[in-house]
Amino acid sequence: MPAISTIREIGHRTINAVWRIGMATRFFVLALMYSGNSFRRFHLTIKELFSTGVMSLLIIVVAGLFVGMVLGLQGYETLKRYGSESALGSMVALSLVRELGPVLAALLFASRAGSAMTAEIGLMKATEQIAAMEMMAVNPIARIVAPRFWAGVISMPLLAALFSAVGVFGGYFVGVVQIGVDEGSFWSQMQSAVDFREDILNGVIKSFVFGMAVTVIALFEGYDAPPTAEGVSGATTRTVVESSLAILMLDFVLTAMMFGGK
Amino acid sequence: MERTTLDLWVGMFVVAGIAALVMLAMKVGNLSTYNVSESYEVHAYFSNIGGLKPKASVKSAGVLVGRVTEITLDTERYEAKVVMSLDKRYQFPKDTFANILTAGLLGEQYIGLMPGGDEEMLQNGEQLKKTQSAVVLEDLIGKFLYSKAEEPAK
Repeated sequence: MPAISTIREIGHRTINAVWRIGMATRFFVLALMYSGNSFRRFHLTIKELFSTGVMSLLIIVVAGLFVGMVLGLQGYETLKRYGSESALGSMVALSLVRELGPVLAALLFASRAGSAMTAEIGLMKATEQIAAMEMMAVNPIARIVAPRFWAGVISMPLLAALFSAVGVFGGYFVGVVQIGVDEGSFWSQMQSAVDFREDILNGVIKSFVFGMAVTVIALFEGYDAPPTAEGVSGATTRTVVESSLAILMLDFVLTAMMFGGK
Repeated sequence: MERTTLDLWVGMFVVAGIAALVMLAMKVGNLSTYNVSESYEVHAYFSNIGGLKPKASVKSAGVLVGRVTEITLDTERYEAKVVMSLDKRYQFPKDTFANILTAGLLGEQYIGLMPGGDEEMLQNGEQLKKTQSAVVLEDLIGKFLYSKAEEPAK
């Protein structure tokens, strides 16, 4: 009976998905519970901050610069039609600080640092380093997972802020230096439009949430990966896909909570 | 990599990130113009506020002197109660006149304060008694049509 086997397949997949969500949540709670070590022995976290944060700097800065420059160009072309080129600054800054900064930085972070995290932990598992740690009574969650989690959570808001700041300068470069929008109105309109609490702090909260989501997904996928070459590569792919989707969905939910209904 | 170089790089990364945040707050945002402690609140009743919104600017002689903090409907008088916080540096006489004005033809609405001649100054929590409501375009068109209809046909 093909119909029954299809239904069975659907049921199997549903159970599997729910089971994985439950495991990921348990994993998240465990990582939080055992994170004392990553602050007491802070050099563990610093090492991970280097490989996730510092190594992502270049891609974040370059991408931010170009996104800001494109925003400057496109915004100018559109605003020119309504004769309000002076609003270019506020347009560039608001779109960067509210949306593009946190979201694009998180997407880049997921593919730059998240995939590396998954591959690293997956390989550790495949080469039985994690099992060896357990044999030596070292808790792998406290030793491997928690420092990486905190490194991701700390570096994500900083990277998003850098992305936005560099993007604003990219928009400034194209808008003011190249096209010749008035410099005074560019900055003053920006300052009157961007509110510290409403826009900048909400952007920071967003990137904080994205950082948590991306690192939890990356670490769980790595920890859960089948210990084979195929399993690790599949887990790395799933990390990028799942965390990108999670970022975009969370972004909608957060935006609706922060800016919706006003 | 050696521990000290690692620390240095991470330190630079954290400092750069925080600097970016501060730059966003100061240069891009309006944190540098916040003066939370040095302000006082006054309120005024308007029969119609038009499109006035919270956080709209309060200006006197074109200079920004404060912001609208709260707009509610007072159900005893069925008028809009507008609370605004003004900068402590700017004191206004008690008989100051509050108008709702529009920046440009279709721009944002703001409150314009016209100082009167009273010797006493407004204190925190006091009311601006003299107000003028927003000009609503529909009313204006209605009045215009009405006056046109009244004109004798030529």
